[in-house]
Amino acid sequence: MSKLGTLGARLHHGEVGYDFVKNRKIWYAVSILITILAIAGLAVRGLHMGIEFQGGAVFTTPKNMTVSVATAEGYAEEASGHDAIVQQLGDGSMRIQVAGIDTGTSDKIKDTLAEDLKIDAEQINAELVGPSWGEQIANKAWQGLGIFMVLVVIYLAIAFEWRMAVAAFVALIHDITITVGIYALVGFEVTPGTVIGLLTILGYSLYDTVVVFDSLKEQTRDITKQNRWTYSEIANRSINSTLVRSINTTVVALLPVAGLLFIGGGVLGAGMLNDISLSLFVGLAAGAYSSIFIATPLVADLKELEPGMKSLKKRVMAKRAQGADEDEDPQTATVAVGGPGDEGEDVTPAVVGPRSRSASRGRGRPSGKRR
Amino acid sequence: MAALKKGKNASATSNPWRSLALILIAMVALTGGMFASGHTTPRLGIDLAGGTSITLAAVPEAGQESAINKTNMNTAVSIMERRVNGLGVSEAEVQTQGTRNIIVNIPKGTNSKQAREQVGTTAKLYFRPVIATELAGGGTAPSPSATGDESEQDSGKDKATDKATDKATDGSSPSASTGPSASATTQGRAVTDALKADETPSASPSGKAEDSPSATGGASGDADLQAQYAALDCTKESVRAKAGDGSKATDSIVACGQNSQGQWQKYVLGPAAVDGTDVDEADAVLNTQTGAGWIVTMKFTGKGAEKFADITGQLAQKQSPQNQFAIVLDNEVVSDPYVSQALTGGNAEISGNFNQQSSQELANMLSYGALPLTFREDSVTTVTAALGGEQLKAGLIAGAIGLALVVLYLLVYYRGLSFIAILSLLVSAALTYVIMSLLGPTIGFALNLPAVCGAIVAIGITADSFIVFFERVRDEIREGRTLRPAVERAWPRARRTILVSDFVSFLAAAVLFVVTVGKVQGFAFTLGLTTVLDVVVVFLFTKPLLTLMARRKFFASGHKWSGLDPKALGAKPPLRRTRRSPAPAMTKEA
Repeated sequence: MSKLGTLGARLHHGEVGYDFVKNRKIWYAVSILITILAIAGLAVRGLHMGIEFQGGAVFTTPKNMTVSVATAEGYAEEASGHDAIVQQLGDGSMRIQVAGIDTGTSDKIKDTLAEDLKIDAEQINAELVGPSWGEQIANKAWQGLGIFMVLVVIYLAIAFEWRMAVAAFVALIHDITITVGIYALVGFEVTPGTVIGLLTILGYSLYDTVVVFDSLKEQTRDITKQNRWTYSEIANRSINSTLVRSINTTVVALLPVAGLLFIGGGVLGAGMLNDISLSLFVGLAAGAYSSIFIATPLVADLKELEPGMKSLKKRVMAKRAQGADEDEDPQTATVAVGGPGDEGEDVTPAVVGPRSRSASRGRGRPSGKRR
Repeated sequence: MAALKKGKNASATSNPWRSLALILIAMVALTGGMFASGHTTPRLGIDLAGGTSITLAAVPEAGQESAINKTNMNTAVSIMERRVNGLGVSEAEVQTQGTRNIIVNIPKGTNSKQAREQVGTTAKLYFRPVIATELAGGGTAPSPSATGDESEQDSGKDKATDKATDKATDGSSPSASTGPSASATTQGRAVTDALKADETPSASPSGKAEDSPSATGGASGDADLQAQYAALDCTKESVRAKAGDGSKATDSIVACGQNSQGQWQKYVLGPAAVDGTDVDEADAVLNTQTGAGWIVTMKFTGKGAEKFADITGQLAQKQSPQNQFAIVLDNEVVSDPYVSQALTGGNAEISGNFNQQSSQELANMLSYGALPLTFREDSVTTVTAALGGEQLKAGLIAGAIGLALVVLYLLVYYRGLSFIAILSLLVSAALTYVIMSLLGPTIGFALNLPAVCGAIVAIGITADSFIVFFERVRDEIREGRTLRPAVERAWPRARRTILVSDFVSFLAAAVLFVVTVGKVQGFAFTLGLTTVLDVVVVFLFTKPLLTLMARRKFFASGHKWSGLDPKALGAKPPLRRTRRSPAPAMTKEA
């Protein structure tokens, strides 16, 4: 069996684990740092908006152009009277961008260009964009983002609870900020494709978060009926138990996107495929990170503020203070949280020895269906 | 909840074959439908097939923001469709998108430049007095003025349904030459509640009673016009498109129109007497009282009513065909009703040989002139067929690579179990393909590049459902259960997780689809479709299949390559189960 499978077993039994909740401050700090960097990047460098957002034209010539980039640039500037950017693409075609021209004059420019480059005008791909088009797409995207967030927060508040909705919301903002920030810092071009990718992250980032929350909800159903584990500890347990799935999901989601990125970036050079997959790639990675390191610890934090949870924590602490489980390493204990149903039996394990100890812990895990 | 789940679960367990049969039947039916409809591949969008796509944004006149509404946009779409397809561009599609955008897609191989000009400019609708008209084309057409017999014409019109007569008399009878235009069979008669013939002096310059077109009197420019008229051959599309080009509202022009028999007819028209903007509204109405059938009613604005009263007053005095006015849209005569009396009061109706469709069409055209909207080109994308094909290929290769990587990963990680996942992925892919193909002709779905991206990204979402389920099953095995109970216990919980997370994904897709425009929409659509299919496949295929497989020795015994080997999964010894038998599943599911 693969390593990950074994890891899955060990995570399942609580033999290994990382205390995400306990170390949350570190990760909060990391996230805040990244967010500040992202915002700073955004403020200082700004986004490199593609031609679609300024208005202008992108002409793509057929393959195997013999003309040099500089010559083509000269032709384009002459034909349009504006600055032109020419890129040679992977397949030998050229991408000529001219900003600031309006859709009316572009046809003439295309014809002139075709003549200069000695190709048939019909062979030139053209994308002409009015100055307000990109803005309109962006506005719609923001609008969509807003509506989606409101709906999803309502949905999560009903399906789970408001604390989870808030945490998911924060994680979502976090993902988007980071993605946008990376675009600002690296200077990738922002196109409608980027916007599409960014919007997809919405669904995906939450998708991941929701799976962890689902497990959390399940495991904390009867939390107040026991006094062995605090909410944070169970939350941590949830993250660890869904960790394998989270890793698998992220890998499986990133693989096709990587395929897109490879083909879009490597073979086609530039364009829609590349733009979508790039922002998806960045966003998916951020999304996987945030659902584990940010969203769930945040829920735990919020939840611990509740009076019921506070008193639970007190009870748990009191019980531990009695020194009932002195031989247990506290680190392992937090990780190996049993399900709520374990209460009746958890006095025994220490006697049985390590193998069955872990077994007894695992037993109660999934949802305390048995009691 | 518990009861519901229990019930569902019980049925799923009891008969996995039924679910499998269901999805198989659905697949066969859909595939059969696909072949029956003859659309075996998804319709490709402009960016994959090549062609030109134009996005127009409606710009309201100042203070008329409310003019951007569904009715107006639909009117604009039907006009544009007419204009674009009037160029001989077949299969051009015009559709609204969002609230204020119109997308015009023109497939490759047509004159996109001309089409762009057509949709880009504002349509101009005028009411012009008819000076002369005759059948276009050959010299067989009679000179219209020679046949200006009102009564005969009347009878022709009143018996508008009697097409045989019209046709038979073609060439000698006036009724043929006064036939109306366009598909709207406007053997029109502009009637009204209004009354007295208002004899305002004619402002229409060249509108003298000429004996034949060649004998025009009037202004000096008319000689030129006559020459144009004589040369005009409306049966030729290229000629038609140019007729009246560059003319101003105050010019007399030559124009073409189609009569009810679908024959082209040419006209000499006077300067515009009434503007399209003078029309307040126009509707197609079924006149049940007089039995006139479908008619088009028009209401004019105050200024328009005055102008209309003037022109009808003049026209009513004249002989045919000069008692007709032509409704000219983009220099093409769409209707040429004759006037029997001055129409004052601001209301008029055009009656004739209409059916619902043709009257609606004319009403649309009339209202279009009144739309306080102009359209701005927001983006124009021209993709050559070469690039389109390449992008399609790239998308498919990317998809293949993505799928292969996912399959490889699943194989390595889940071994035997991965075959169930891979089969499910294939079922999902097949369903997606078939449904996309079917949606082309039914709702006009076109696969564009972002949609391809959406489908590729969806591989991940679909595969994730299996991962959630399989991980649950493995967890149960780690608990020491054997495979069959493990599957049954894992399913309800995995099911809930899958539903909840797919719902979120679907919500994102739905919101994007509703709110956004253009490319984003194609992407959102695919994502939403695949999310729904994911749920269907997991419920009807993956779960039943796993239930069945759990009965096989290979899986049930936890073969080393099955991906369910309890030892490799680190299951605890089954000792616990003897000590304490698990409570029946579900009892505590609250």
